[in-house]
Formats: sequence, structure tokens, C-alpha cells
Amino acid sequence: MSDAVHSPRTIPDRLDNPLRSAVLSWEALLVIVAVAIFVINSFASPYFLNAWSLSDLTFNFTEKALIALAMALLIITGEIDLSVAAIIALASTLMGMAVQAGIDTPGLVAIGILVGLGCGAFNGAMVTGLGLPSIVVTIGTMSLFRGISYIILGDQAYKGYPADFAFFGQGYVWWVVSFELVLFLVAALIYGFLLHRTSFGRRIFAIGNNPVATQFSGVRVGRIKFILFCLTGLMAGIASVLITSRLGSTRPSIAQGYELEVITMVVLGGVSILGGAGSIPGVVLAAFIMGLVTFGLGLLNVPGIVMSIFIGLLLIVVIALPIVWNRFRMQR
Amino acid sequence: MKSLAKHREVWLVVAIAALIALVATRFPGFARLGNLATVFNDTSILMILALGQMAVILTRSIDLSMAANLAFTGMAVAMLNSAVPDLPLPLLIVSALAIGLVLGSINGLLVWKLDIPSIVVTLGTLTIYRGATFVLSGGAWVNADQMSPAFINFQRASLLGLPVLSWIAILVIAAFWLVMTRTPLGRSIYAIGVNPTASVYAGIDVGRTKFVAFCISGMVAGLSGYLWVSRYVIASVEVANGYELSIIAACVIGGISIAGGIGSVAGAVLGALFLGIIQSALPVINVSPFWQMAISGSAIILAVLLNARGEREQGRIILKKAEAA
Repeated sequence: MSDAVHSPRTIPDRLDNPLRSAVLSWEALLVIVAVAIFVINSFASPYFLNAWSLSDLTFNFTEKALIALAMALLIITGEIDLSVAAIIALASTLMGMAVQAGIDTPGLVAIGILVGLGCGAFNGAMVTGLGLPSIVVTIGTMSLFRGISYIILGDQAYKGYPADFAFFGQGYVWWVVSFELVLFLVAALIYGFLLHRTSFGRRIFAIGNNPVATQFSGVRVGRIKFILFCLTGLMAGIASVLITSRLGSTRPSIAQGYELEVITMVVLGGVSILGGAGSIPGVVLAAFIMGLVTFGLGLLNVPGIVMSIFIGLLLIVVIALPIVWNRFRMQR
Repeated sequence: MKSLAKHREVWLVVAIAALIALVATRFPGFARLGNLATVFNDTSILMILALGQMAVILTRSIDLSMAANLAFTGMAVAMLNSAVPDLPLPLLIVSALAIGLVLGSINGLLVWKLDIPSIVVTLGTLTIYRGATFVLSGGAWVNADQMSPAFINFQRASLLGLPVLSWIAILVIAAFWLVMTRTPLGRSIYAIGVNPTASVYAGIDVGRTKFVAFCISGMVAGLSGYLWVSRYVIASVEVANGYELSIIAACVIGGISIAGGIGSVAGAVLGALFLGIIQSALPVINVSPFWQMAISGSAIILAVLLNARGEREQGRIILKKAEAA
């Protein structure tokens, strides 16, 4: 999107002092922001510091954050998927249809996940197989997937999900620890391992920095991108199971606008929208920050739409600050 | 290359003609001149917005905040109108343009001065502008009875057989055609989209040109804000929610390359018309309007497939020349 004319990428001949780079890292900045918001919240509302409040807080972001984990990998390779919210809608609609056909909970979960995987594979095939720009393809499939939900449902809604289906979005594993939170933390560990500790992860960074050189190094760029589109679809399918279970009903407008929140989360987490840089701990922190902001403002009875101003400002300010700071340092 | 570009618009005209013919087989009245003029009028706002988006996309950027800008500006002028009903209409239109310009220039400044990718900037301002609309109005609506008759009726007035709204669209199309093809600014916009590095060496300020493109899209969104609110006679926070994607869809269908540098005024107009015709044709041929979203989604995917083929052929030709030399 943006031109890389003014800022050629540089590779230092030696790394910074590890302690110094840890203190100055993006993740450190996010930790400070998160702690600051946490402290402000606990002073601003007497209801905030309470185990159940904090548990409720996690429901604000776990579903979107699950998708953000896979989306981060995709964005690091320089691609993007705007259709994730539409995938949620389509998967949820087909699960609703399955309920009408009398399919029980394990079947529903399988359908939700497989529909997500299928949609992701469709995006991946369009982008890697036919060589189309992902931003346009997924704007198209965003309309297509949600459009199919509208064709099936119109202005109706599916209800009547089985009672044991409610566990995924409403159940608790232990005390205040919800199933959604546990699932998210486990997924974060898996994705963190995948990105930072495997050769697959190294390849993802390599593709983002220079896809052509990576291709010539013998990495199957197209296949890795295809896998990442499938993973993003899969996570959207899982998120669809959670949301449908939590809400207990399906309308075609379900999860409207989630794609932008997921991308905000990823970018706030320090993933470069131009590709090639980013970390899973950053995305996890960004997810908690967004959850804290929206929940804290919610406790203060701030309407959702006003919260979005704070999220938008947070996104721009957090991105702009290091740029301004670096420029300031260079001038001195 | 020029003939190829012409080719794409020709195909779009053929597709639109086929679409109209198809609908006319079920409902002959659809192809009547009067009805087509109505469709054009219904699509005017989308055409205007698509042109603004085109200017931005050509520079390898994207403006996701246009619909939010539209909502904010629409709310602002509607509130201004209901607070001071005696304010003359030209002043309101100028203020719509000015408010839109300010919001657009905020995007442009962040892209120009801080080098933040436009998709991130406008993703942020999209939520900020929409939220600001809520703060401005306190969540209340401005209804028809709070708007002055001049405010509402201006675009409906007939001039030489067409509503003023259509004439505004025609005027904007003409202005864009003039700027994009006949001015240094238009050339610069294309140049930095085709090759930003070469443009820098040619003495073009890439950042500044992007800034101007965002100012243009902002101004156009502001104008559309007034037009939208006076057309649907309601100003609310939810106005044009999610419309940014329809605008981009119109551009993509019109053959404007998201990678920048490729696209034309005619393409943007035709892309918008294509979507507009689908929208007005569906109820006529008794297809549930719920089909519209899936159809436009398929149209986008089909369009980008065709665009990519055209762009790839161009690339091959350049390669062959390089090999021969």
C-alpha cells in the first residue's frame, strides 16, 4: 500500500544489547499501555477489580483475538484477509441450517470449523493459484460469503441450538476461567511456537521481507500463503462456533465489522501492515489492551460507538509515536 | 497500452448493456430512457465517491474513511441547517466541502508527514469519524421536518429534464476527467502509482501528491455527505455504514488496479453504474434484494480476475522488450 521509497530496510551487522532491545521493544510499550489502562480502569470504576468482571472482560476480545493470531501470520507475509467476519456469518448460518436438520453438537462444531477452512482455502486458491491481490479478493469474498448468508436467511434468524452447544461460548473450565479464554491462550502458545520457533515461521518472515528472494531460496511461497489463508479461515470458523454458541442465535449480520477490529488488533500488536515484521506476544498484548479499553469504558457507561474513537486514536497514536520519536532522535 | 485500457472500459460498457438487455427481457420498461436516467440519478452519489476513491487508489493508497467522512459531514450540515434555517444553501454546500476537506487532509497529513500506511490511517480515522458523528449529534437523528425545504429540494429540482443531483454527478465526472487527464496533478497521481521511485527522480513530491489525493477524496466525501442526507432526508450516525467497501468495489469493477497507477474516470463511473444497475434491477425482476450482496461480491471477484489478466499481459510485453534490447 505505502511506498517503501523513503525507508529502505536495513539489517544491522550485530544485534543490540538484548536487555536494551527488550526494554525498547514494541511489546514493552504495549505492556506499559496495558498496565496504565488497567490502573486507570481500577480507579475509574469500583466494579472493575473483581474476578468476575475481569472474566467478563475476556469475552470482549477472545473471539476476535483467535482470528488475529492467524491474521498476524498472514499480514507478516504481506497478504490480508478482509473476509473473516463474513466467514463467521456463513459458518454460523450453515450451522443454523444443520440444527434445523437435527444435527447435534459435535456435528455442528465440525461444520463450523470445516466451513471456515473451506472459505479460507477458497481465498487462498484465488490469491496464490490465480495470483490476485488479496485485498481485492477478500473484499469480494467478504460480500460473497455474507451475501450467501443473506440469501439463506434473509431477515430471519436461526435459533434452537442444543443445550450442550452453549458450553463453547458460555462455559467455564475452572472458577472464572472461561473455555474461550483457555482456548485463546492455548492457540496463542501454538501460534507463538509456530511463528517464533519453527522453520515455517522463519519462512513467513522471509516471505514478508522479500518474496522473490524467498522463492529463489527454494521456499514454496505460494503454498505457505495458501496454508496461512486456510489457517485464517479455520480460526474464523472456530470463532464462529464460539460466537454462535455465546449468542445462541444466527442472523446474517452477525460479527459485522469484526474484520476491521481484528486488523486493528494485529497492527496495534506491532505487526507491520507492509509485512515482514511482528510477533505473537505483541498481538496477545494488543488483544488484552483492546479488551481493557472497551470493558473499562463500558463500565463507565460510555456507548460503544464512542469507544471506537478511543480504539481508532489508540491505533494511530501507537503507530505514530515511535515514528515521531525516531525522527526526534535522529534530529538530535 | 492505451488501446488495452480502452478495451477494458469497452468491455464494461458491453457488460452493462448486456445486463440492461437481460433485465429488459423480463421487464421491457427497464431499458426505457426515462428509467435509465433514474438509475443514473440513483447511482450519482456512488459515482462521485468512486471517483474520489479512484484518485487515492491510483497513488497506491486506499481511503477506508470515506463513508465515515460522509456520515460526519452529512450530520454536520444537517445540524447546521436545522439550527440556522436561514443560512443560504451555497454556504451549506461550501461548508460540506470544507468539512470533508479537513477530514480528508487529516488522513493525508498522517500519510504524508508520518509515512503511516494509508490502510492503517484510514482504518483508524474510519472509527474516529464515525464515533465523532455520534458525539456531534449525541446519537440523535435529524429528520425531514428539521431540514429547510431548500436543503431537501435542491437536488430534486429539474434542470433540462434531469434532476440537479444528476447534473452535479456529471459536473464532478467532467472535473475529474479534466484534472486526471489534462493537468500536471493528474499526471503526477498516475506517475507515483506506476513507479514512485522514478517519480521522485522526475521531481514529483510523492507524499504531497498523496496528500492532495486524500484532500480530493475528503472533499468529494463531504459533498456526498450533503447529497446523501438531503436525498434520504435523514441524518443519523448509521448513515452509509459499511459503504466504504461498495465504493472500493465500484473502483475494482471499473478496472482500477488496487496496486495503483492503472484506472480511468470512465472506469470508475462505469463500475459504479454496474453496481447501481444491479441494485435497481433486482426488485424489478422479482429477485429478493437479499441476493444483491452475493451478486456484487461475485462481480468483484470476476472483475479482479479479468483485470489481473489484462495487467499481466502488459507485464509480459515489457519483459519481452527488455529481452530484445
